[in-house]
Amino acid sequence: MNAIFRKLAFLFRRNRFRSDLDEEMAFHREQTERDLVASGASHEAAHTAAARTLGNPTLLKEKSHEVVAFRAETIFQDLRFALRQLRKNPGFALIAVFILALGIASSVAIFAFVDAALIKPLPYKEPNRLVQLFESIPLGPRFHLSYPDYLDWKRMNKSFSSLDVFAPNGFMMKTPDGLRQTDGARVSAGFFRTLGVTPILGRDFYEGEDAAAPARTALISYSAWQKRYGGNPSVVGQRVDFDGDVYTIIGVLPRDFHFAPAEPADFWAIEKPTGGCEKNRGCHNLFGVARLKPGVTFAAAYDDVKSIALQLQRQYPNENRDQYAYMLPLTDVIVGDIRPILLTTLCGSGLLLLIAAVNVASLLLVRAESRRREISIRGALGASPRRLVRQFVTEGLLLASIGCILAVIGAREAMRLLAALIPRDMMAAMPYLHDLGLNSRVIAFACGLSIAAGVLFSLMPLARLRLGRIREGLADGARGSAGVAWRRFGANLVIIELATAMVLLAGAGLLGKSFYRLLHVDIGIQPDHIAMVRVEAPPEKYSNDTKQIALAREVVAAASALPAVASAGITTKLPIEDADWTTSFKIPGRPDTGEHKEVAIRMVTPGYMTTLRTTLAAGRYFTANDDASHQKVVIVNQAMARKYFPGEDPVGKQISFDLHKAPPMLIVGVIGNIQEGQLDAAPRGAMYLPFDQDPNSGFVILARTRQDEQTLLPALQSVLHSIDPGMAIYEPMTMDKKIHDAPSTYLHRSSAWLVGGFAITALLLGVVGLYGVIAYSVSQRTREIGVRMALGARRGSVYSMVLREAAVLTSLGVVTGAVCSIAAALAMRQLLFSVAAWDVPTLCAVAFILASAALVASFLPARRAASVNPTEALRTE
Amino acid sequence: MGKPDLLPGTLDMLILKTLARAPLHGYAIAQSIKRMSDDVLTVEEGSLYPALQRLLIHGWVTAEWKMTDTRRRARFYKLTAAGRKQLGVEVSEFNQMIAAITRVLAEQP
Repeated sequence: MNAIFRKLAFLFRRNRFRSDLDEEMAFHREQTERDLVASGASHEAAHTAAARTLGNPTLLKEKSHEVVAFRAETIFQDLRFALRQLRKNPGFALIAVFILALGIASSVAIFAFVDAALIKPLPYKEPNRLVQLFESIPLGPRFHLSYPDYLDWKRMNKSFSSLDVFAPNGFMMKTPDGLRQTDGARVSAGFFRTLGVTPILGRDFYEGEDAAAPARTALISYSAWQKRYGGNPSVVGQRVDFDGDVYTIIGVLPRDFHFAPAEPADFWAIEKPTGGCEKNRGCHNLFGVARLKPGVTFAAAYDDVKSIALQLQRQYPNENRDQYAYMLPLTDVIVGDIRPILLTTLCGSGLLLLIAAVNVASLLLVRAESRRREISIRGALGASPRRLVRQFVTEGLLLASIGCILAVIGAREAMRLLAALIPRDMMAAMPYLHDLGLNSRVIAFACGLSIAAGVLFSLMPLARLRLGRIREGLADGARGSAGVAWRRFGANLVIIELATAMVLLAGAGLLGKSFYRLLHVDIGIQPDHIAMVRVEAPPEKYSNDTKQIALAREVVAAASALPAVASAGITTKLPIEDADWTTSFKIPGRPDTGEHKEVAIRMVTPGYMTTLRTTLAAGRYFTANDDASHQKVVIVNQAMARKYFPGEDPVGKQISFDLHKAPPMLIVGVIGNIQEGQLDAAPRGAMYLPFDQDPNSGFVILARTRQDEQTLLPALQSVLHSIDPGMAIYEPMTMDKKIHDAPSTYLHRSSAWLVGGFAITALLLGVVGLYGVIAYSVSQRTREIGVRMALGARRGSVYSMVLREAAVLTSLGVVTGAVCSIAAALAMRQLLFSVAAWDVPTLCAVAFILASAALVASFLPARRAASVNPTEALRTE
Repeated sequence: MGKPDLLPGTLDMLILKTLARAPLHGYAIAQSIKRMSDDVLTVEEGSLYPALQRLLIHGWVTAEWKMTDTRRRARFYKLTAAGRKQLGVEVSEFNQMIAAITRVLAEQP
């Protein structure tokens, strides 16, 4: 304890300590000399002998100093010196810090997304034991379960500790102003217990509350509680009217709860077996969610449900034909789509960081080269090797820390920007991104990167300087061999940089091409100038077909009467969405081969296809005459025609939903495939029925306008409102925006832009790195070039000598990069759309861009080399 | 130079012991140790002064500027009471150590 106080006292009397020590040691020397003289040596000989036996005075003083000083003190000295070094060379400092911050910031920003989506556990108990259950049909694997199937799966399985269902459909909520569309889902009673979530207010559904008898209840999400009820605890007991039924709110869900497969959802209402669909095994409207029993593996559980589905197929050959079980880990359902793009962009940002780090490291190397003399002098003056090493470590860490601080600030902004760029609907479906930000894991990641960079930066110059060789550095002639060695090392770094840049450029090229191909997919419609809005009419008021048909006619007429509207039409489901709304059908007159025929189904008015300008391949479009009083008709798309009527003309043929009960429908037309699923999905069979023959109280009205479609939306909504204020009129949008914001478009666009941004930055950094190496090599070889020119070399041959060096580096970089690019592209196949990983035009274009940029970068130093004045070059040495 | 190095940890003890007789300056301490050990032990400047600073910090010695016989200013180190006690501790520990080493060496194989 006392020792510390004495040290502190020394700290304040530092100068005194120094002068004391100086004088004391000088005295010691004098005494040694005197003794030597006394023993018969000359004064000069005694002086040298004393100096030689006693050694370097500065080093000795340092040693004494270290005893009294705090260890941290020398670190401050090193830090001060490091700061002075950076300030003395602001250009270097700025560039190095900027490049490093750029590299780290991009990685950290992307990592924050990865963390929010893939690392942060989902807000459930043991989320990796949860699975989602689907029924798999010939159209695809991820389709709904029917309610009776759910009950059977729940009863028959031996693998799940619980199995529940949810229907993410939303509600029409009755308000004093009429119907309002409300986000929500219906769930079975054990749903939240299966997830392991407990309400923070009120109670959960009790076991059996989803039977027919108990009163209808609902839970409310935390955000909806805040937004709609101001966070008032009296929300429990409030009544809400969904789809014509009254529900009592019984509880509030935790703030961090989300369930992406049903989001956005404000209300979670109880599922009842009393609905029309619930009684029908052929009506599919539910997804299952289940928790694996302890010790049961995913594969075993999957086998279990598969055999249950097969048993149900045998038991109900009509309803359950071709209805197989499909099961995925819940985590895969929630983040499966976004995982490849996140990992790809994380790799992209990692590569960018690699280039940035290599770039800064080679800057440091050049600087270390020019500091050889400084280091040698410090060493000769008595700086211990450890102290010199520490100086470099301090400088490297200082650089990395400044970079890190800037990077964290930059990353926060970048995160905000990237999150803001996500379309609103997509963001709502990715609730796990809501608490995106600088949490402890992200900060730790940033610090880890910075420390790694700092270590790299401190080791780089050290490796070069070989501190032992102090004398070599003092003698300036030693530069020759060191210069060559450095050039070789720097050249290797540049090859890494160029190859990395090539990988990023190729990746960006392929993703860009995928995105282009995606946008130019033939979607079967002309999406420009289309305004649309969803309408849901109160079913009790529009209770029968006649009323619904009359409403639809009135809506189309009102929309068509708006100024600048060319035509208008109605559909029950829009293109570029999911593949829901399907039906099975039969072809009368053909033997039943047991094949399950299922296609998408939409009810449309005659104006729908003309408004979207679909292509008519055969037959005719619907007319106003195709109503209930006439022959039932249907239009099929080419995919359905090709699949079910191969080599035949379907027009004039008949199809039927049910050979025994429903009247057959006459195929009157074949249209080009409208993209009914996501843009990157293969075209699927679809049939279109006249709305007047199969009406509905909910639909979408579309209008083609001659003006800007965005400006039509308010007028369209207000004219609909004036028809019946009680209707829910929601989600106004334009077709172009819908395509632009569609998940598949967004995923492709964002990955293309992000990787493209990384690639361009990488190209710049790589080319600057090449420039640095060539320029340094030219500056080191000025004398050699002078000699060559003095001996008669032409400027042209000097040019080609320098350019050849650059060309060798570039081609090595490009070739290495091309091989790595193909490997990288194979790894991110999932993100490519109708482009091969080894797409030759892309690789060639990218190699060409990189090579030309490299040529430009090496041209400047080559010119400098060629304009060397031989006499001057020889004199400067 | 053929001479054995000082046993690690013994320099402090030797300095304290030297100062136990009379206050001395740094050079005299080095000379004294050299002389008393019949030129076997040499204390280098590079270890002497750091060691003296260490002793100062522990409060085992104090330093004072005084005139030497040759009319030169020199810094004289003087043992404190704490230093005397510390000397006792170090000597007894050292003796125990030597005795132990001797026993080991005396063991007949």
